[in-house]
Amino acid sequence: MSYNSADIAAFSDIWVFCEQREGKLMNTDFELISEGRKLADERGAKLVGLLVGGPGIENTAKELGGYGADKVIVCADPCLEVYTTDAYTEAVCQTVMDKKPEVLLIGASNIGRDLGPRVAARLHTGLTADCTHLDIDMNKYLEFLSEASTMEINTKKFDMEDTNLKMTRPAFGGHLMATIICPRFRPCMSTVRPGVMKKAPFDQAKADACEIEMANINIDEAVLKTKVVEVVKETKKLVDLIGAEVVVSVGRGIAKNVEGGIKIAEELAEAFGGGVVGASRAVVDAGWISADHQVGQTGKTVHPKIYVALGISGAIQHRAGMQDSELIIAVNTNDTAPIFEVADYGIVGDLFKVAPLMKDAILAAKAGK
Amino acid sequence: MRIYVCVKQVPDTSGKVAVNENGTLNRASMATIINPDDLAAAEAALRLKDETGCRVTAVSMGPAPAMGMLRELIAMGCDDGVLISGREFGGSDTFATSQIIAGALSNLGIGEDDVIFCGRQAIDGDTAQVGPQIAEKLNIPQITYAADIKKEGNKLIVKRMLEDGYMMVEMQTPCLITCIKELNAPRYMTVKGILESFEKEITILDYPALKDEPLIDPTTIGLKGSPTNIFKSFAPPLKGAGRMLEGTENEMVDELVSELAKKHII
Repeated sequence: MSYNSADIAAFSDIWVFCEQREGKLMNTDFELISEGRKLADERGAKLVGLLVGGPGIENTAKELGGYGADKVIVCADPCLEVYTTDAYTEAVCQTVMDKKPEVLLIGASNIGRDLGPRVAARLHTGLTADCTHLDIDMNKYLEFLSEASTMEINTKKFDMEDTNLKMTRPAFGGHLMATIICPRFRPCMSTVRPGVMKKAPFDQAKADACEIEMANINIDEAVLKTKVVEVVKETKKLVDLIGAEVVVSVGRGIAKNVEGGIKIAEELAEAFGGGVVGASRAVVDAGWISADHQVGQTGKTVHPKIYVALGISGAIQHRAGMQDSELIIAVNTNDTAPIFEVADYGIVGDLFKVAPLMKDAILAAKAGK
Repeated sequence: MRIYVCVKQVPDTSGKVAVNENGTLNRASMATIINPDDLAAAEAALRLKDETGCRVTAVSMGPAPAMGMLRELIAMGCDDGVLISGREFGGSDTFATSQIIAGALSNLGIGEDDVIFCGRQAIDGDTAQVGPQIAEKLNIPQITYAADIKKEGNKLIVKRMLEDGYMMVEMQTPCLITCIKELNAPRYMTVKGILESFEKEITILDYPALKDEPLIDPTTIGLKGSPTNIFKSFAPPLKGAGRMLEGTENEMVDELVSELAKKHII
C-alpha cells in the first residue's frame, strides 16, 4: 500500500469522522455530515462517514445516511470501544491511507481536538482547528465573504477554479477571521466547532439506502501506550449551552451580589420558558461560576432564539460566541458598552432592577394571553 | 526525571486589540503575556519538581523578546530555559512548529522517565494542535485536557476532561501532557528567584544548532514547510445596531416585552 500525501490527484471523496461515546452517535456527527453533504455536492464527490467504535457500532451507522452520508466506513474493534489517542489514530490513519479521501472533517470536541492533530502529523498533512465556515465552490466562498467581511470583493482578483477546501475560523479571540487552505497535501483536514453547522432534516429513505462497509484494520497492541482506567459521567446537571433556545448570561455586572445575579438570570431564563445561564470569561475567571457556562471564543458558541446579556460589557471575544443569536437583549449600566453594538434591544440600567422587572412583565404578558 | 515545559509568548487578546488596515494583528502595539494554559503547565511541572526534585526546563519558540518570559519562568522555579529562535523557523504553521520543537527536544535529549508539559492551546491561535503534534513526532503518548496529574512509580495517572465528564488515564513515560488553566493556580515569582534568574543560563537553539536533527528538514519547517497557508484574512463586520430603549426602567421593560409579544417571541 503506497501512500504519499503530496500526490493530491490520488485523493477523492469527502469524509467525516463520526465520534461516538458509549456506543451513541454525537449530535456533532449529524451537523458535520449535513455540512459534508453540501461540500460533497459542491465538489461532485461522495460523502463518507468514518465511524470508529467497539464491535456492533455498525448498527448505528445507517442513521448517518439519513443526514446525507452516501456510505459509512466502520472501524470496529474491542480496543476502539473507549477513546484512546493511540488506537483511534491507528484506525483512522490506516483507513485514510487505504482509501485516500480528499477532505477529512472532525468535530472539534475535546476528543476530536486530541485526535485531529495526531492524525494530521502522522499523515503529513495540514489541519485547521475549530473552523466555523467551510466552502469548496469559489462562488459560494465569495458570497460568504461579501456577508462576513468588510472587504470590497469586486476589487480583488480570485482564481474562480480553485477547488481547495476553504476553511474559515476566528483568530486572535475573534478579532480577525482567517480562511486557511491546504494546497499541497491531502487529505485536507479540519476540526469543526460544535453547534455551528446546521443539521439537515433526517430522511429515512436515505438512511435505508446508505451503504455500510467494514474497514480492514489491524491494531498492534504494542502501540497502545495509555490505558483508560475509568470513564466518569459528571453527575452534576449538564450545562447544555449549545442546544439551549434561551441563554441568559451574566457578566462582571453581578459583582456586587454574585449569587443574587446568577439567581435572577436563572429566574429570567425560566420566565422565557426555560433556558440556560451563560457567563462571560470574567465571571468564569473570577470563579463565580464553572467554566462549562462560558460563552465566547474560548468558551462555547451559541445561537439561541433569545440571548440576554446582563451586565456584560461585550468584549469581542464574548461577542464571537453569541452574536449570531436570533435576538439579543442587552442590559448594562454603561451606555457605551460594546455589547449594545450587537444587541437588537438595549437597556441602559442596573441588571438587579431591570431583570426582575423583565421577568415579571414576561410572566404577566404570558398570563394575559 | 526531567520535565520540559513548552510555553508561548502571546499578545494579550483580553484587552484592547489593534488590527492593521490589511487585516493583520498589530502585535507591536499590544502587551504580551505568558499564554495562560502554558502557565498552568509550568505550575504542574513545578509541583512535580516540589515532589520529586526533578529538573524543569522551560522551552519556547519565538523571537528574542521571549527571553524575558523564560526568565520569569525561572524566577517561578524552573531550572533553566531554552529559546528556539531563527529566521528559518518563521511563518511556521502548527505542523512545522511542532516539527521544530520536537527536533529541539530530541536535541536536548528525552530520557525514559521524562515528561513534556504544554498548555492546551494558545490564546492567539486557539488551535490546541502543537502539543499533540510534538508527541506524534517524538513518537510518545499524550494526554490532552489534563485537570489533575499524579505520579506513581514510572506511571502518570491523569484526569482528562471531557465535555460530559472525565476519564482517568494511565500513561507510561516518556510522554506529553497538555494542561488546562483550571488545573491549578500558578505560583508567583519570588524575589530570590528573580535575582537568580539573571544568573541562570538560557540556551538559544537556532537553525545551525539544530540542522543535523532528522526532524529539522528545510522542507518541513518555516513558511515553506507548512502544509497550511492563509488564503485570506479579514475583520468581521459588526452586526447592525439595534434599538436603544428609552424612558424609566419600567417603561423600557414594558416596551421590550410588548415588542417581544408582537413578534410572537413570548
